[in-house]
Amino acid sequence: MTTSMILVVAVFILVFVVIFQIAKASEYVQVIKGEEKARKEQNKVNGFFMIGFLIAGLIGVYYCNELYFGKTLLAFPAASDHGEKVDSMLWITIAVTGSVFIATQILLFWFAYKYQESDKRKVYYFPHSNKLELIWTVVPAIVLTVLVVIGLRNWLTFTSEAPKEAMQVEVIGKQFNWIFRYPGKDKIFGKKYYKNIDDENSNSLGQLWDDSKNYDDVVATQTMYAVKDKPIQLIISARDVIHDVGLSHFRLKMDAVPGTPTTMWFTPKYTTKEMKEITGNPNFEYEISCDQMCGNGHYSMKGVIQVVTQPEFDLWIAQQKPNYYVAFPDKDPSNNAVVNTVDSSATTKKNMVATKTTKL
Amino acid sequence: MSNEAILQTEIGVNVPVEVHHDSHTEHHHHHERFITKYVFSQDHKMIAKQFLITGMIWAVAGGFMSVLFRLQLGYPDSTFPWLEDLIGKWGKGGHITPEAYYALVTTHGTVLVFFVLTAGLSGTFANLLIPLQVGARDMASPFMNMLSYWFFFLASVIMMSSIFVETGPFSGGWTAYPPLSALGDASPGSKTGMDLWIISMAVFVISSLLGGLNYIATILNMRTKGMSMTRLPLTIWALFFTAVLGVLSFPVLLSGFILLIFDRNFGTSFYLSDIFLASTNTALPNEGGSAILFQHLFWFLGHPEVYIILLPAMGMVSEILSTNARKPIFGYMAMIASLFAIAILAFLVWAHHMFVTGLNPFLGSIFVLLTLLIAVPSAIKVFNWLTTLWRGNIRFTPAMLFAIGFVSLFISGGLTGIWLGNSALDIHLHDTYFVIAHFHIVMGVASMFGMFAGIYHWYPKMYGKYLNNTLGYIHFWITMIGAYLIFWPMHYQGLAGMPRRYYDFSVWESFKQFGDLNRFISTVAMIVFAAQFLFLFNFFYSIFKGRKLKVRNPWSSNTLEWTTPIEPMHGNWPGEIPEVYRWAYDYGKDGKDFIPQTTPIGQDESENH
Repeated sequence: MTTSMILVVAVFILVFVVIFQIAKASEYVQVIKGEEKARKEQNKVNGFFMIGFLIAGLIGVYYCNELYFGKTLLAFPAASDHGEKVDSMLWITIAVTGSVFIATQILLFWFAYKYQESDKRKVYYFPHSNKLELIWTVVPAIVLTVLVVIGLRNWLTFTSEAPKEAMQVEVIGKQFNWIFRYPGKDKIFGKKYYKNIDDENSNSLGQLWDDSKNYDDVVATQTMYAVKDKPIQLIISARDVIHDVGLSHFRLKMDAVPGTPTTMWFTPKYTTKEMKEITGNPNFEYEISCDQMCGNGHYSMKGVIQVVTQPEFDLWIAQQKPNYYVAFPDKDPSNNAVVNTVDSSATTKKNMVATKTTKL
Repeated sequence: MSNEAILQTEIGVNVPVEVHHDSHTEHHHHHERFITKYVFSQDHKMIAKQFLITGMIWAVAGGFMSVLFRLQLGYPDSTFPWLEDLIGKWGKGGHITPEAYYALVTTHGTVLVFFVLTAGLSGTFANLLIPLQVGARDMASPFMNMLSYWFFFLASVIMMSSIFVETGPFSGGWTAYPPLSALGDASPGSKTGMDLWIISMAVFVISSLLGGLNYIATILNMRTKGMSMTRLPLTIWALFFTAVLGVLSFPVLLSGFILLIFDRNFGTSFYLSDIFLASTNTALPNEGGSAILFQHLFWFLGHPEVYIILLPAMGMVSEILSTNARKPIFGYMAMIASLFAIAILAFLVWAHHMFVTGLNPFLGSIFVLLTLLIAVPSAIKVFNWLTTLWRGNIRFTPAMLFAIGFVSLFISGGLTGIWLGNSALDIHLHDTYFVIAHFHIVMGVASMFGMFAGIYHWYPKMYGKYLNNTLGYIHFWITMIGAYLIFWPMHYQGLAGMPRRYYDFSVWESFKQFGDLNRFISTVAMIVFAAQFLFLFNFFYSIFKGRKLKVRNPWSSNTLEWTTPIEPMHGNWPGEIPEVYRWAYDYGKDGKDFIPQTTPIGQDESENH
């Protein structure tokens, strides 16, 4: 390896020396030929490169699109109703900015080529023109107004109150994974307080065990379940540093901030199974990526959303044990039948820790 | 102190007209000593060179860091044993560790944004050009100017030293969001490395303020006779707005940092609330703080900072385009107005970096509106540059090539800003590679191009020598092509939702399809990095062995700096400072190739501007 390294450096230096010698030689030639003449020749070469760069560049843009468009999310339908609006807005923005891009780049390099120095040309003294300047103030302003109006309508939809029938799930980020909480049958989340967090005793969220609303709350990690065509509202927070719930297939993301809960809602349009068929990828998953730098394990902070049908969801949730029963197996009716010996002193201790009330 | 008074006290013996041959005066020794000429210099031209060369050292360091982390992204499965020789435990087994990766990404960002494109760019050209182009002997306060450089140097030393501490340099991203940056237990980089980072940045803010105040004072008070504000070259206008932005926004950043220092060291809770750390299994006592508060304070500088980086490049590009197209800049007043509009709007858009923090949606919509409004002055600038080229007579000096490259990159990167500034799209594209592509093109590479243009254009003024043109052309074309090859495809990665600041994508079903592309980008990045050595070599070689300048005004330019002797002494002009009679852009007027600002208005001249 070291020898190949030396080789690489040697080749690098060699190429460098060759380029430098050529450059130096061309400077001498320039002096011999007469600077004015040499400069004009160089000008022609660079003028030619300008137009060459434009043509090669536009072909490159097309070729890049051919290669990579299929690997972007735009190649497949968005997986949420909000995502569809994002996509249609993306297309409008691509059309507007794309045509400006092509027009201005063509003008730039074409002018550079066309108006390269020539003895015959007399420069046009043209210091300003109110008419032209007015045109390119007003036209962009109008176009931007259209984009702003479309954007704000979508923005206000995305950030509006979630529909009443939306199911709620709490999403909590921590270094470096995700915790989810479902409110259970009562549809109300029990109170929690971060000082009660106790990973060893199955209380990763700091649920207050004297709040009976907590008794049916289900806590899960890594995989979250959502229902197709049913609005879902995420109530997002973090345990340690700022994370971000990134849902690229649904075209949404929202920061998870310790101490300041945020929310986000959307309606999934396809189940995971349907999406596998649409994308033709049998390994497809709705992945939750952490999109806010959160430490050295940031890149591995992955969660998964399983989008299923309502019956599938009902079946799944029925199989989940509320976290209360995980923390206190003795309180679990399904355990009581089998195990009757309870260390009641331990239980009371845990309850005493939990009596602090939340600041919320 | 008036210009003439400075002339008397500062330059003494060097002025032929007012020779003081009494060598027993302090002045003589003052000028001969190495330490006052090259080290603690108060000559704005020397300070400019100090900023430039320090900036270049940082650019190489920062660029090399990007090569190292691109190595991980492009070749995640290969091992490079030399890495272990180079960076020890951070490159264990020939792999960059995640700790090292994040430290490299963070330091790359901090160094390039602040040390290269702020200090290296405005530090160099504000110092070099303001006195020369407004017609002043030196800055308003040469001493403060010297301090500005040495505070920057101190900041550099502290930042550099953070690389060598055991827990590593800061690794939480150049934006340093707490709680990650506040808690050493959340990330090893947030221990000593962060202390050094934050001290270095605080010292940097001091440097920037000392410089900025000086630039403003010089431009407002020390213009030569006849140099009204509306006759200033656009470089000076741009540097003026840059300095104003810096002076108004850097203190806010400093206040944010001071609160962070308190949270880190003195148990306050400005940014901290409800935190439980699994690494130590403890709940922190801090309650009631807001982590988002820091982001507001940070981006209140952070967004103007983008324009602090961009405006000097815009100003220099305007000047260079006009000079080499042999044609006046189109719409001079509109160019100033758009600079002004950008400078005002720069303060009113910071929260567009925070659309996904849970910001109040109404507030968000205001920021969308103001953000997209910036596109209007930007469009004016682009169309004015294009019209400047139209029907000109263009000389492709290396500086001109970089100026044209700047316009191309500014268009490409500016247009994607319209996507990201629209909050509804930002929710999708935020913190993906799309953002990386956007800001690297529009702010990073474009401003770098502005800086290169400036160096190639004013090198003869700095050293009295020419740079080698052929090397300049090779340097330009490799960098131009390379910049697009590196950053253009990243838009596609962003549209696939690929998040930035990821060490490895292999476990992600949604993002792992870009292995080939990442390898391609990394390879091009290395080639472009290598090509920069052509420039560096050209730069240092030509200082000593470059072709000597034989004329004062090599580019047939109108501005004042070309009226000084080829190698101006401290004080710039021997004798009187020239008087100015016209604006800086009379190229091609009345059939004359150029009319310098010092030429009085002729009797038969057509209407003046």
